Amino acid sequence: MNLHEYQAKALFRDYGMSTPVGKIATSADEAAEAATSLSTEKVVVKAQVHAGGRGKAGGVKLVDTADEAKAVAEGLLGTNLVTFQTDAEGQPINTILVEETCNIDRELYLGAVLDRATRRVTIMASTEGGMNIEDVAENTPEKILKVQINPVTGVMPFQGRELAFGLGLEGAQVKQFTQILIGLGKLFIEKDLSLVEINPLVVTQEGDLLCLDGKINVDSSALYRHPELKSLQDESQEDERELRAEKWELNYVALDGNIGCMVNGAGLAMGTMDIIKLQGGDPANFLDVGGTATAERVAEALKIILSDDKVQGILVNIFGGIVRCDLIAEGIIAAVKEVNIQVPLVVRLEGNHAVEGTALLDGSGLDLISATDLTDAANKIVAAVGEAS
Amino acid sequence: MSVLVNKDTKVICQGFTGKQGTFHSEQAIAYGTKMVGGVTPGKGGQTHLNLPVFNTVRDAVDQTQADASVIYVPAPFCKDSIIEAVDSGIGLVVCITEGIPALDMLEAKMIADAAGVRLIGPNCPGIITPDECKIGIMPGAIHQAGKVGIVSRSGTLTYECVKQTSDIGFGQSTCIGIGGDPIPGTNFIDTLTLFEADPQTESILMVGEIGGTAEEEAAEFIQSNVTKPVVAYIAGVTAPKGKRMGHAGAIIAGGKGTANEKFAALEKAGVHTVRSPSELGKGVLEASK
Repeated sequence: MNLHEYQAKALFRDYGMSTPVGKIATSADEAAEAATSLSTEKVVVKAQVHAGGRGKAGGVKLVDTADEAKAVAEGLLGTNLVTFQTDAEGQPINTILVEETCNIDRELYLGAVLDRATRRVTIMASTEGGMNIEDVAENTPEKILKVQINPVTGVMPFQGRELAFGLGLEGAQVKQFTQILIGLGKLFIEKDLSLVEINPLVVTQEGDLLCLDGKINVDSSALYRHPELKSLQDESQEDERELRAEKWELNYVALDGNIGCMVNGAGLAMGTMDIIKLQGGDPANFLDVGGTATAERVAEALKIILSDDKVQGILVNIFGGIVRCDLIAEGIIAAVKEVNIQVPLVVRLEGNHAVEGTALLDGSGLDLISATDLTDAANKIVAAVGEAS
Repeated sequence: MSVLVNKDTKVICQGFTGKQGTFHSEQAIAYGTKMVGGVTPGKGGQTHLNLPVFNTVRDAVDQTQADASVIYVPAPFCKDSIIEAVDSGIGLVVCITEGIPALDMLEAKMIADAAGVRLIGPNCPGIITPDECKIGIMPGAIHQAGKVGIVSRSGTLTYECVKQTSDIGFGQSTCIGIGGDPIPGTNFIDTLTLFEADPQTESILMVGEIGGTAEEEAAEFIQSNVTKPVVAYIAGVTAPKGKRMGHAGAIIAGGKGTANEKFAALEKAGVHTVRSPSELGKGVLEASK
């Protein structure tokens, strides 16, 4: 689960990591009030959306007066921000952060992730703040300094010093940086995060360190023990169909193609998308119905797929392990009757009671195309969609 | 021969009397697995599925001399269950449960490693040596004793591997689901090492997916350590960046972990790759020529 910048910064402050003073606003008037209450001459107005690249997309603006803040907020609130990280529709701006500005001397990068290879939380720091860290890692990997958090000790002060000196910090900044690093380590572990990015972490002309931006991903599997984070979820930033799927414990991810897929198992669902592409088609979604695919959930999954009006055909691919294919077939038949599907539907059942399941589908009198193996299924749906369009 | 489990492996189940534990233990017993008991705290002394129930894993291991434990307890309690199993002195722990917090696994894995205990999973179908021992949720009937070692990050794709290697008449030596989480107990390199050393295994079929760099590391390992033919498929060529595809570990993040990068690394290491999940069997056949 992603957090907004203002939510991330509130957590930073809870862990002793300095941020600029700011206020959130959900209306233009609130933005003007916020601007008035802040103490710097210029303030920055920042659109709060779950996407990077806001600055270049016009979602971050410097203003001189409260009236200007009001005008900018009016222009942003209620619109969608399209950045290089969003789809063509963009993300809705419902909240803006109005923040004090500072005099920037240097921009650094600080981030933390769970590194799978070392199986440790790894903290990365770089002098190349403000840049896309993926590009830095690609082009100048030597400019990324790393330390790993020992699960027993947490971040140790020496690790803070090591990175601070490596970044060319000096004097009181070394202490400030160490404090930020210890806070970051505690925050990551206590809140079960999967990613934190502070880009940039700035050194002001006065010599202080400030977290100027903040990005946090929370480990979704751990949300059950963090109700305080769960409550920060902003559903307006998420795909409507993905949210609906989540409520039915279905894993759905929208894609750009026109062939809907319903599969049991995440790997097989990806494999099914791949084979559709190999056969010349284009998948409209990833959808894993999971191991306990009941008739009800199969029906809901079909409805979610069909609510995407790009979908011109559906491929159902079930490998019955524990789950019986004849029961799945009954679910599909009931769902097709209920949902009144108008697009071609190809079904491939394999494994547990597959023969019985396919017989049920063939005898249902419904307009279903049954398939024997994965290639056959993909070919049939690609052909059917080709004909229809 | 086979790897890790065989007809003599004595297995206990943690979460034995729960719905999942009961169902899959019944299936395992029917398959011929040597189930010797189970653990449900507070139900020690009872009998379930004609087997003894114990309060603690330590009691179960002391009294049954179990070699392996399979865990079906809910995700919030898995860290405790895994570490309890490790602490009991058992040699193999298989965790089926999905949705365990990553930081819980970080600690559980660290403790299992320190104790020298093999952990498989979580978020996996388990491990099976056909006709001998089934630990997990895979359908026993599709398996056939044979000569292909299968290792996979995905459950139902493992079943595709099994069916296709059965269809070509090769069968399987042992199939290991290593699971779809960011921190798996056992990784590709661990299983490749086991399969390379196992005389029954003549070729290896590995199924990876997007996310992380485990396949790239496996490729490097194969190049210098594996002499048997290896066939690989990576799911998720069509997966977009930054979107988690079902499994917690299946996400292309930080520009790393794309299927094409993994295919390239494996091909460079001399691995026979297949681009379609319906050509897994065909790939094994070709690589074994």
